[in-house]
Amino acid sequence: MSGRVVFPNKLLPYLLLAPQLAITAVFFYWPASQALKQSMQREDPFGLQTTFVGLANFRRVLADPNYLNSVKVTAVFSLSTAFLALALALPLAVMAEKVVRGKGIYRTLLIWPYAVAPAIAGMLWLFLFNPAMGTFSYLLRANGVAWDPLLKDGQAMGLVVAAAAWKQISYNFLFFVAGLQAIPRSLIEAAAIDGASGPKRFWTIVFPLLAPTTFFLLVVNTVYAFFDTFGVIHAVTQGGPGKATETLVYKVYNDGFVNLQLGSSAAQSVILMGVVILLTAIQFRYVERKVHYG
Amino acid sequence: MAEVDLKAVRKRYPNGMEAVKGVSIAIPDKALCVLVGPSGCGKSTLLRMVAGLETISEGEISIEGRVVNQVSPTDRDIAMVFQNYALYPHMKVYDNMAYGLRNRGTPKAEIDRRVREAAATLELGHLLDRRPRELSGGQRQRVAMGRAIVRQPKVFLFDEPLSNLDAKLRGQMRVEIKRLQRELGVTSLYVTHDQLEAMTLADLLVVMNAGEVEQAGDPLEIYEKPASIFVAGFIGAPPMNLIDPASAELSGPIPAGAAKLGFRPEDAILDGFASEGGLKIRAILDGVEPVGAESYLHAHAPAGGARMIVRTAGRARMEPGTELEIRAPAEKLHWFDAAGRRI
Ligand SMILES: Nc1ncnc2c1ncn2[C@@H]1O[C@H](COP(=O)(O)OP(=O)(O)O)[C@@H](O)[C@H]1O
Ligand SMILES: [Mg+2]
Repeated sequence: MSGRVVFPNKLLPYLLLAPQLAITAVFFYWPASQALKQSMQREDPFGLQTTFVGLANFRRVLADPNYLNSVKVTAVFSLSTAFLALALALPLAVMAEKVVRGKGIYRTLLIWPYAVAPAIAGMLWLFLFNPAMGTFSYLLRANGVAWDPLLKDGQAMGLVVAAAAWKQISYNFLFFVAGLQAIPRSLIEAAAIDGASGPKRFWTIVFPLLAPTTFFLLVVNTVYAFFDTFGVIHAVTQGGPGKATETLVYKVYNDGFVNLQLGSSAAQSVILMGVVILLTAIQFRYVERKVHYG
Repeated sequence: MAEVDLKAVRKRYPNGMEAVKGVSIAIPDKALCVLVGPSGCGKSTLLRMVAGLETISEGEISIEGRVVNQVSPTDRDIAMVFQNYALYPHMKVYDNMAYGLRNRGTPKAEIDRRVREAAATLELGHLLDRRPRELSGGQRQRVAMGRAIVRQPKVFLFDEPLSNLDAKLRGQMRVEIKRLQRELGVTSLYVTHDQLEAMTLADLLVVMNAGEVEQAGDPLEIYEKPASIFVAGFIGAPPMNLIDPASAELSGPIPAGAAKLGFRPEDAILDGFASEGGLKIRAILDGVEPVGAESYLHAHAPAGGARMIVRTAGRARMEPGTELEIRAPAEKLHWFDAAGRRI
């Protein structure tokens, strides 16, 4: 048995694949090739003339202090988001394991936020923390916190990180729950008999055994924070104040569609494409054949 | 003096399943008690209650005279060998064995001494730096044993520790476990569904059926005088032959209330002489099962159709369909009443 399906018609398999291939071609390969082309061109202010400039756009982008700032912002934003989303999801999953009654309801409720679109999640957090009308802003200020994410870099960053992480908690929760369920109960029992207290069992047995799941989630969350948080940032801060929350993806949009520097924007997106390819490779290499215990 | 005492212990699972229905066992200090019974009869449940991994619904369990019903597994000073070994997959063999000692704050030098000593006893010395996944089944089993013995606990608990090994290794480990248990003198409770394992290991054999103790005592005594049809059928391989007394010719008196008559395959005689008060029954040979030093003859009685097995020495050359006359001496007959109890 080779498990292989043989089609009677030679054409049929291609026909079945065609829609997916067409979508990939139209929405990925074509724009990607356009970006590649544009990244090596300069356009005059009126869009009448384009000149081939080779790698000049790349050189300019990489020398631009604003771009380097954005790299830093992205690193801070992504790592904070990933860390926060993981750090909150893990205890929730551990507690969900302990719930006896209403396990299903508890889990379902925790998974819901994942269904919320990033922009909506952003709006939600924006309203809650809006300095003018947000409920939490009111509470914070009533407690003596000078809350103004529209002016303060750190607070703005905190807000987008919270909004971005909030959504991802559900996803991580789901994987942690599955990861926890995959740990044989007898291991925990053996550890209990071996004299390990609850917290000790968690840190010496459960947590190390979750390492593959955690690593997988770290990669996925980082990729998410890198590329999928445009909606959140757009809704909450639009990259501001100043450029305090302008991530690389947001900068591509800002430079290209707001400031109309198409060459620079295209060069940036080509760089990002490289980063995506790299991260995907890491994901496949280390996550697909993740650390297996057995 | 680590005797283990179970008094009218019951277990009702949250789903209403009553897995253990009032079991009382007294395991003397240093003894190896084997719980044997078919799958699902509540052996593991009982063992896990002694370990503290399941709550005790009713009754009392005490270790060394102290009631442990409310004591957590961490504080019961027991060690357990799990059926799947439950080795910590992310730790090396050394750390697997040292884990329990570290948790109890044993000094480092002492841990090292004890781990190496246990490793030497179990011939694990060269494997200390491996992880469990790099070990064979038999080696994993030894590590699980090692993890239990380094702790020097009051009680050893074993839940079918050999059932994942092949037959040969199982035989070796059986002897090994018995030897270790003797040497260390640790009171042990051992669960198995394998009656051979149970017979060879036990100082005290407890036969369980459907959550209850059918019979407890010395293994050979149980073999000689099974208290019920269930025990008669479960202990001994091949199992005891059970026939309807009416279908046989009996030259002695039938005890009052007798509903079943049993005799062991090795007590059956094919062409011997009928002894006083013995049994004689006609049977048709269905087939011969040669196992080397002996052969098992499978037969059935034309009257009533009861199946029987006769053990004969050497190789029996007989054709299926042969008519046999099976006899058994009076002192080797076991009588059971309608409820299956021994008379
Ligand atoms: N956690 C549980 N919840 C409900 N029923 C259980 C549970 N564990 C075991 N049982 C039931 O209790 C009975 C005894 O199980 P067990 O002690 O594992 O038997 P054994 O070890 O003798 O094979 C079985 O019928 C089993 O289905
Ligand atoms: Mg069992």
